[in-house]
Amino acid sequence: MLKQIMVMALDSIISNKVRSGLTVLGIVIGVASIIALMLLGAGATAQIQGELAGLGGNRLTVSVTGTPVKPALTEENLRLLEGLSQVTAVLPSTSARVRVVAGDVQKANVRVFGRSSDFFTTPGTELAGGRALHPLDIGMRQHVAILGADLAEELYPRRSPIGERLYLRGREFMVVGVMAASEGFTMSNINAGVIVPYNVAERVLAGSRVNTVDVYFAMGSDVGAVGDELLAALTGIFDGRSDVFTITNQQGILDMMATIMNTLTLLLSGIAAISLLVGGIGIMNMMLVSVTERTNEIGLRKALGAEPHLIMMQFLIEAVMLCLLGGAIGLALGMALAYVGSLLMGFAFAVTLFPIVLAVGFSVAVGLIFGLVPAQKASRLNPIDALRHV
Amino acid sequence: MSTTPLISLVEVSKSYFVGGEEQEVLHRVNLQVQKGEIAAILGPSGSGKTTLMNILGCLDVPTRGEYHLDGVLVANLGEAELARVRNRKVGFVFQNFQLLPRLNAYANVELPLLYSSCPPRERRDRVFGVLEAVGISHKAESRPNQLSGGQQQRVAIARAMVTEPAVILADEPTGALDQKTGQQVMELFREINAAGRTVLMITHDHNVAKYARRIIHILDGQVSADGGTPHA
Repeated sequence: MLKQIMVMALDSIISNKVRSGLTVLGIVIGVASIIALMLLGAGATAQIQGELAGLGGNRLTVSVTGTPVKPALTEENLRLLEGLSQVTAVLPSTSARVRVVAGDVQKANVRVFGRSSDFFTTPGTELAGGRALHPLDIGMRQHVAILGADLAEELYPRRSPIGERLYLRGREFMVVGVMAASEGFTMSNINAGVIVPYNVAERVLAGSRVNTVDVYFAMGSDVGAVGDELLAALTGIFDGRSDVFTITNQQGILDMMATIMNTLTLLLSGIAAISLLVGGIGIMNMMLVSVTERTNEIGLRKALGAEPHLIMMQFLIEAVMLCLLGGAIGLALGMALAYVGSLLMGFAFAVTLFPIVLAVGFSVAVGLIFGLVPAQKASRLNPIDALRHV
Repeated sequence: MSTTPLISLVEVSKSYFVGGEEQEVLHRVNLQVQKGEIAAILGPSGSGKTTLMNILGCLDVPTRGEYHLDGVLVANLGEAELARVRNRKVGFVFQNFQLLPRLNAYANVELPLLYSSCPPRERRDRVFGVLEAVGISHKAESRPNQLSGGQQQRVAIARAMVTEPAVILADEPTGALDQKTGQQVMELFREINAAGRTVLMITHDHNVAKYARRIIHILDGQVSADGGTPHA
């Protein structure tokens, strides 16, 4: 019986192709936007999480605003932080914008990143050629530079920059390495920049001070305890002031990202919900028309012994199938959109079961809710009147 | 024979409210039909014969009086129960065939069985059985618009027979057919009756009525004359 009803419903949908197609448009748009959203959201979250995990989950970042007397951390301070228990590495960072001159090529406003040799042990810092910073470069304050992939191409098109000399704010540096092009949010700005030893940057590039330090600590140690110890140490360094620096941990960034994503998702889900509502009303309208058109058929079926609940089921199933059709198209469209979006934004694209379940769930729900009134109308028709209807 | 009649109407009245006023369409109708009869209910339009057919076919219930169909008291039955009684005990043949245009002959005949608890294999046997019986099994795959009027009515008759109902109710079965085809259809009803099925025809046409062995005349909502039973 159920099989026959489904075949009949499908037949009725197919026989009114244009009308069915237009009617399910609302469902298509609603489901497509939900699916695209969810997949993109999941992709973005996975991307950010992956990046943060790649940078090392066991890390605290210290950002220093400093006081007029003591605007940044000194070499001595860094040694102190390195000496804290659990701490495995302290990576100072500086950053400045300078004019770069390389032979005939000049470029203003290039970012110079002051880094330590340990920086090159973190993920996403692969080299395309040459060498990384060596501890000796730091110790001897060598004027060496490692170019970002894009900058290297710009300054030395189609030739190796290794061994070339360039000038940063008038100071001569030797290029010893070139970074591989890095992807993702947090690393991408290095592509257009240049890396030098942080203590060299500090000395020769005015305004380039150690304002940011990544403090790495042993896997499995208590983040809170390390944080507390770091806080105490920094408060000591800044003469009892704890308001001139901040300590952020990765989880905080993750949480913030999650909050933003959730807000966005909620907002766009609202839009999707409205289109599903409008789509549902469209379905109801079409089903009401269908019931009127098929009054005679309903009368006949009733005369032949169809109980009211079977008539109701027939029209409900038709509404649900109509919605499922829209849901399936919407699912395909949403996945296609998410795929294109992922390509454009460089996210990973993964098809999971959840959006499919969601699309099916939404479709069935919309079909049932908005099919109920027409189905009820059909089931309540008086067979005598209905049979006379032509 | 003193068996209980297949159809028994006792003092059946039917009223409709039109604009707040009660209009009695059937007035104290008494009627009995035995199993195996072929009878015609004959009356002009407006005589109440359609209302009578609706009651006999369990599409409607009497306002007053009692109606027994094959041992079932058809009164105070809910819509779902009436539907079940129609499905099991009544086979309808309509003037304008009432075949579903999107279904082929086979599927049209199968329709009442879908609303019963008939298992699929038996369904198939039964459908082919009745299509064979009305001589249209070679058109099983045809849709109604590919069939002539006579063929369509044969399909409709097959559909009425497929549930092996207690009674076949035919409402102006030749109304949409030419005379020759109409005669063939009436012959078919005679054959069906000869095979043991009870047939009740509702008509205003005396030529149709003469195929019956009993003629029940309806006038102004009452039985005005009854042509007796086959055994009388």
